[in-house]
Amino acid sequence: MSTDPTDPSAPRVGVDEWVASHEQRRAYRAGVAGMVERRLERVPSPAFYLAFGIAAAVVPALTSNGYVIDVGLNTLLYMLLALGLNITVGYAGLLDLGYVAFYGFAAYGYAMLASPKFGLHWDTLAVIPLAVLATVILGFLVALPSRRLVGDYLAIVTLFFGELFATVYQNGEHMSFFGHFGAHDVTGGPNGIPNIDQFNVFGARIGALNYTAYYYVALIFFMVLLFAMYLVDRSRTGRAWKSLREDPLAAELMGMPVNRLKLIAFASGAGIAGLAGTIFAAANTAVFASEFDFTSGLLIIVYAMLILGGAGSLGGVILGALVVNVSLEVLRTPGHATWIFYVLIAATLVAKLRPWHALAIVLAGTAAFGFIVHAIVSSAWPRGVHGQAPVGGILGSGLSHWVILPSSPMTIGNVAFIFLVLAVLALTLLKGWWQKLAMIPTLYLAAFVWENRLAVEPSITRLILVGVILIVLMNARPQGLLGTSRVEIV
Amino acid sequence: MSLLELQAVDTYYGPIHILQGLTLTIEPGELVCLLGGNASGKSTTLKTVLGIVSPRNGTVTFDGEDVTRRPTSYRIRKGLAIVPENRRLFAPMTVLENLQMGAYLHGGGSQEDFDRVYELFPLLHERRSQLAGTLSGGEQQMVAMGRALMSKPKLLLMDEPSMGLAPILVERSFEIIQQVHESGVAMLVVEQNANVSLSIADRGYVLSTGRLVLEGRADDLRENEDLRKAYLGR
Repeated sequence: MSTDPTDPSAPRVGVDEWVASHEQRRAYRAGVAGMVERRLERVPSPAFYLAFGIAAAVVPALTSNGYVIDVGLNTLLYMLLALGLNITVGYAGLLDLGYVAFYGFAAYGYAMLASPKFGLHWDTLAVIPLAVLATVILGFLVALPSRRLVGDYLAIVTLFFGELFATVYQNGEHMSFFGHFGAHDVTGGPNGIPNIDQFNVFGARIGALNYTAYYYVALIFFMVLLFAMYLVDRSRTGRAWKSLREDPLAAELMGMPVNRLKLIAFASGAGIAGLAGTIFAAANTAVFASEFDFTSGLLIIVYAMLILGGAGSLGGVILGALVVNVSLEVLRTPGHATWIFYVLIAATLVAKLRPWHALAIVLAGTAAFGFIVHAIVSSAWPRGVHGQAPVGGILGSGLSHWVILPSSPMTIGNVAFIFLVLAVLALTLLKGWWQKLAMIPTLYLAAFVWENRLAVEPSITRLILVGVILIVLMNARPQGLLGTSRVEIV
Repeated sequence: MSLLELQAVDTYYGPIHILQGLTLTIEPGELVCLLGGNASGKSTTLKTVLGIVSPRNGTVTFDGEDVTRRPTSYRIRKGLAIVPENRRLFAPMTVLENLQMGAYLHGGGSQEDFDRVYELFPLLHERRSQLAGTLSGGEQQMVAMGRALMSKPKLLLMDEPSMGLAPILVERSFEIIQQVHESGVAMLVVEQNANVSLSIADRGYVLSTGRLVLEGRADDLRENEDLRKAYLGR
């Protein structure tokens, strides 16, 4: 190929300008989609935040359904948690696995100062700042010995702190000081602290179980903190946190007070978690230590939100919390979950399986395979098809002629689950037509496991499904939906 | 009065004795190069000067003050800056943000600081809103130097400026070093490439296994038989 030497835009030997002009060479989608994409890029991000705030503010006006408000309040609390974690993990890159302890610490703090437990009923305007301040100080104290640790070492130390918190509060009903000063009931032990006061400011109080009021309290706090974080993001400290995350040594070489920056990040993240904790305690009127330990899954859910949305991105905090919490709620009902399960599988196949005739063969093959297996089993082992489909309706009645439903599916379901995992692993090893052929029994096995084992236990299944969605999404977009950089574990 | 003075410095990494009684001075406005092979203690010398590691014995004096027990941030505020090995830019941040980070201790840099750096490297002004990680190696070198110069240093340390650059860019890089030097900044250049660095330096030191083995005017060092055998390969 020859280039015209007189053309100034032609590549020349020794001139590497193309790197610099990469923005101009960026390919946009054609047509209307491309136009929308370019328009959206020019909208400043606070406009999106404001739009979210307005949309969230009108939700309670549109529905009187208490369940929707309850889920909304939960989502807002998750957003606050993710916003705080975004400072520690997203900006400063400190992998804090004890984060939920700060949430629990402040929730207990509110409960102790505003409940019949110690006969204290302080004004909310005093309790919230006090609880948040105490949480910030606790954050400092935890960060102080761990500030020289990075990556997985910090993760282990903070995880230990989180478990320590849960264990102490779980067993805090006979507290003494090294065997002296008697045994005091400080945390209520496994019974927690019940009958917590509602928010009350100068005698005016929120009515009991008025979730709408707490929804607005959480929304106002979240919006204020969101805009504050937007300013921090663009401040000297925000940039210093991000450079610390990218290259701690280079940051130190620029003269940044690395240790102080880490302490501030850790403590301010803890403070936001503390604020969320006080709202949680008042809205739920009771706190239990088991809600804040590792097995509650809270830590994993907040991390999932942050990573899914994109660590270090404020929009990602909103989007991540919405997607994860709404999916978890929708998946709570087996009927919804079943539809989502089949639609997700079908959509993935339609999107990824090429050429078209392979897609048709796999879908038709799976359907035919199911009917044949069903026919054989129903004549050879009638009890194998006498079970109940977990969902009714068209989907349920259609499935009961296709999937084998044994009357006692427990053991066979468990065994099939293990085989399903093995079959999926085997699929990744196969190539070409063998892979497509192997898909047919694997898909049928997936449906069998779903109907007999997963759909009947929605509380576990929804976590598995969200996990699968996360894995798929992280493979497609490692930096998260709106993120620019990944959370590095090492 | 010397700008920088290391006096009989002993630096250890745990039990391992790295710098053994190193004495070194840099006068204001001087360009000094520090030569030596792999594992000769060049980078440790820079770390000792910056305070990333502190010496067990000996003193580090900078601009008339004993800074041996002072932290890195204090020394940088006092007028030290470094272009680290492999540049170490903040890749997902823009060129402008990288420059701002260089002036972190000066509140993110005044307009004068930016003007001074942009005058030296007009290209950086052109590319200011581009992500540093998307620049080519030579351009990244300019960002690294610009970032270091944002804090108005009296002494600029350069760790292996020629590393990872094409031969033509090495030459260009040293032209830039000379240009910065002529603007009045004293420099300590750590290099393996003895030929190029001696051609622009005023004086040079040669390290071997943590000890000073040669020192003198750059012209004299270029004529030294031992050095020629060891580093210049002729």
